[in-house]
Amino acid sequence: MRVADSLLELHGARAGYAGPVTPAASFAVARGEVVGLAGPNGIGKSTLLKAVLGTATLFAGRIERAPEMRIGYLSQQPVRLPEVPLSGSELLATLGADRLTPPARLMEKLKERIDRLSGGEYQLLMLWATLAGEGDLILLDEPTNNLDASHIRTAIDEIAAARAQRATLVVSHDRGFLDAVCTRIVALEPVRG
Amino acid sequence: MDSLFAVPFFAGLSLALLLPLVGNLLRLRDEWLATLGLAHLAAAGALLGVAAHLPTFVGALAGALTGAGAKQASGGRSNSAYGLMILAGWALTLLVAANTALGDALAHALIDGQLYFAGWREFAIDVIVLLAALPVLRWLAPRLLAARLFPERERANGLPAWRWHFGFDLLAATAIAAGTATFGLMASFALIFVPPWIAFRLGADWRRAQWLAAGIGVAGYGAAFWLALTLDQPFGPVLVGLLVLSFGISTLWCRPASADFLRMSRG
Repeated sequence: MRVADSLLELHGARAGYAGPVTPAASFAVARGEVVGLAGPNGIGKSTLLKAVLGTATLFAGRIERAPEMRIGYLSQQPVRLPEVPLSGSELLATLGADRLTPPARLMEKLKERIDRLSGGEYQLLMLWATLAGEGDLILLDEPTNNLDASHIRTAIDEIAAARAQRATLVVSHDRGFLDAVCTRIVALEPVRG
Repeated sequence: MDSLFAVPFFAGLSLALLLPLVGNLLRLRDEWLATLGLAHLAAAGALLGVAAHLPTFVGALAGALTGAGAKQASGGRSNSAYGLMILAGWALTLLVAANTALGDALAHALIDGQLYFAGWREFAIDVIVLLAALPVLRWLAPRLLAARLFPERERANGLPAWRWHFGFDLLAATAIAAGTATFGLMASFALIFVPPWIAFRLGADWRRAQWLAAGIGVAGYGAAFWLALTLDQPFGPVLVGLLVLSFGISTLWCRPASADFLRMSRG
């Protein structure tokens, strides 16, 4: 598959910081796809996402991004400021994520300050901000952190609803979540020997 | 109001409106100490400028911009960098004051905050700084908010983020230099530090926090000007005292947002 068809391609990519920590990964993500990255803890799923972002080092292989492509990224631990007078709707406007209608359970919280939301509400807001933003490629790192079962259901629905316009790459330790939300799962295997 | 006092009043008023707005963004970046560091360098620069027969604002601006440039060049966007600026500015200010004829008097004015020395030149500079800064702040604020909450977004998308951050550093340095040259070091620091602190606690959202911070700055400034004039007191300490008092009052009816945050983190 060429970049012309997909927004992101990894060819034998090995990423890390001081040295490589991920096995070689080869896969592509096209618009309309939700690709899950699965694998045991510590194998470097998040590191691979960061290599796509450019914040981790690529030691081998190559990563090709479609030209002019914009990336939306939800970190494994989104920045949470202990005190900031910013409402949810202002946060969405700041990111250009206010053109779409948020899920109902988020709508009722948008006027509240983001530092007064519960952990689950804040995570759902940050997930929605990433999905509804200007990104063509969406990278989600453990998007179910802090979410209870009903929030996870909402997250699955929203990721599915945003699928057609986006290419999405999801990292999660929750295989059930990946099975529910992904169109395809890529399993990272430990390097043998 | 006597015209003798009208010019310094309106010169300071424009900064009483601007400095809290700059302070909100500095507080967002957790860089509120920046004010004190840059104000110390601005004071040292003002004194060096006077020794070189330059206008106070020019020297203050050079001092503050040197601090902003050094911070950017070293990549040190942290309060540690501002701590170093405070120490360097303080030492330089007192050394220049001790070794130049005009320096001693000016150093006292900068530290005491004697607004009444501000004249037409300071008035013109402060108004220009205000009119230039307001649209720039409006443009920068959403970018700085996004950068604070989604720090990887800039790098992932190849955005020219350094221009925004450096541009804001320059704007903050210019506003602080104008403040230091107009009403002294601690008055500038207080205006950039206290109103945003209250606004961050009480503001229902970002827009209202802007209004609240600017309102507190202007109200505190007006009250301090009148009190200092009426009671024949130095302006700087009166303003600082009033702002500290306003913070104390604000704590009486509102618990900090961080209390909610901690409660929710535990629950």
